[in-house]
Amino acid sequence: MAITNGWNDCEPGSVLFSFSEEVQNVATTPEKDRPYSVNNTRKYSVADWRVDKPVHNEEFCIHCQFCWIYCPDMSIISEDKKMIGIEYDHCKGCGVCVDVCPTNPKSLLMFGEQTAIDEAIANWPAKEEKKKKGE
Amino acid sequence: MADKMELHDVEVWDGNMAFAQALRQVQVDVVAAYPITPSTPTVQNYSSFVADGYVDGEFVMVESEHAAMSGCVGASAAGGRVATATSSQGLALMVEVLYQASGMRLPIVLGLVNRALAAPLNVNGDHSDMYLTRDSGWISLCSYNPQEAYDLMLMGFKIGENHGVRLPVIVNQDGFICSHTAQNVKPLSDDDAYAFVGEFQPKNDMLNLKKPVSYGVQTEEDWHFEHKAQQHNDLMKSSAVIKEVFAEFKEKTGREYNLVESYMMDDADVAIVALGTTVESAQISAKEMRAKGIKAGVVAIRVLRPFPFDEVAEALKDVKAVACMDRSAPGGTVGMLYNEVCGALFHTDNKPVVLNYIYGLGGRDLLVSHIEEVYADLDASAKAGKATVPVQQFLGLRGPKLSFF
Repeated sequence: MAITNGWNDCEPGSVLFSFSEEVQNVATTPEKDRPYSVNNTRKYSVADWRVDKPVHNEEFCIHCQFCWIYCPDMSIISEDKKMIGIEYDHCKGCGVCVDVCPTNPKSLLMFGEQTAIDEAIANWPAKEEKKKKGE
Repeated sequence: MADKMELHDVEVWDGNMAFAQALRQVQVDVVAAYPITPSTPTVQNYSSFVADGYVDGEFVMVESEHAAMSGCVGASAAGGRVATATSSQGLALMVEVLYQASGMRLPIVLGLVNRALAAPLNVNGDHSDMYLTRDSGWISLCSYNPQEAYDLMLMGFKIGENHGVRLPVIVNQDGFICSHTAQNVKPLSDDDAYAFVGEFQPKNDMLNLKKPVSYGVQTEEDWHFEHKAQQHNDLMKSSAVIKEVFAEFKEKTGREYNLVESYMMDDADVAIVALGTTVESAQISAKEMRAKGIKAGVVAIRVLRPFPFDEVAEALKDVKAVACMDRSAPGGTVGMLYNEVCGALFHTDNKPVVLNYIYGLGGRDLLVSHIEEVYADLDASAKAGKATVPVQQFLGLRGPKLSFF
């Protein structure tokens, strides 16, 4: 479906189709092979109001996929059950991925939008020592 | 499979039962509803049909009318035949979602049992809630008795679900005066009613996993205008389908419906324009006026939206004076019918005197003698060639005479 020219060729109900053709078993089709339509929001940046961004630190990541499951905007890039990174065109910076990250130190942390990734990695906190009972 | 119900050729139903039976006969897939007087028995009767095995669809009890219409939007977008019913405050709470339903082009059918809006709180019939839906983008059909409530409810599905229309439909009936007044109703058999409306034909349904679709998208200044213009265009054009469905229904039942109904208008000098049960009272009064030598007629708006602009002008093309009867507090201007009718007449050669009466708020009885007063005003104005009374008058009100303009 093409982007429309005027009121007379809008899709009634202003509905948007994800794909430009009928699909089968799309969930098991790799993203690069899916026939995304021109109206699919995958092609647009919808994150320009983000204030803080999550940064992924591969050094501590155990690829548990918690962040991938919890992300409300499908902005965790994961292939073959390996966490690869963050898709910053759709991430709104909600921080849920950081919250659910189980590692110590966390493999995902929030930094200011303008902070460079290598600067964020350089300032990663150290492992927190577990406090023993009674201490 | 739902059981069928054996119905008599003539049943004694009130307007709510008429609504409920029509909902049962078309086998709605999802009814999401919250009870409110005076529409409660519509969904209460329907829920009995569900409990007794006469309905295959889902009946969803929700926590508010906002949730009721939201549930309807979801079910309709998923691809089912969907309906609900409400009144007054419930309708007011639904309003946000009414605009969502029409904007998403979802053919939900809403049985609206008309009732006053608070404050002061009032459970009786007037047209405040109907008027609140005016600009919501829904098709709005008006019935004047239980038979018409039944007929229009059946036709509402067939109109709204037509793929050339795909718009939600409100079927109005007067609270209590119609909804709780048992009258003779001639129903279709279950098979005939279902065959008339037909099986639901989904379009862009979310349950079609081969063609995933997003409903409820955002458009800003770039495309919002085009989408709303298209919606308006399709609503305006729906009158053609409404007329087709009316004609098909007449073929099947002999009962005739028109965008605008005219009674005794062939030679009328003066006319009342009204909605709801007032239409029948006005007919009685018009006959009495004719016995007194006044050529009185009645024009009734059957389809409030899309507004039958040309048909109203045609119906009133030869009259000398018109009274527009608005059963809703006008909130600082003339009544809605007055505005609409004046707009329709403004572009015609006929320039009758047009008067506005506000009446019957909160279920205040409208007596035939009140309507005779209106005809007397019209007769005097017609003979004088100008308004002999103020343009807007309150009818049946206690205290000093209240009028404006």
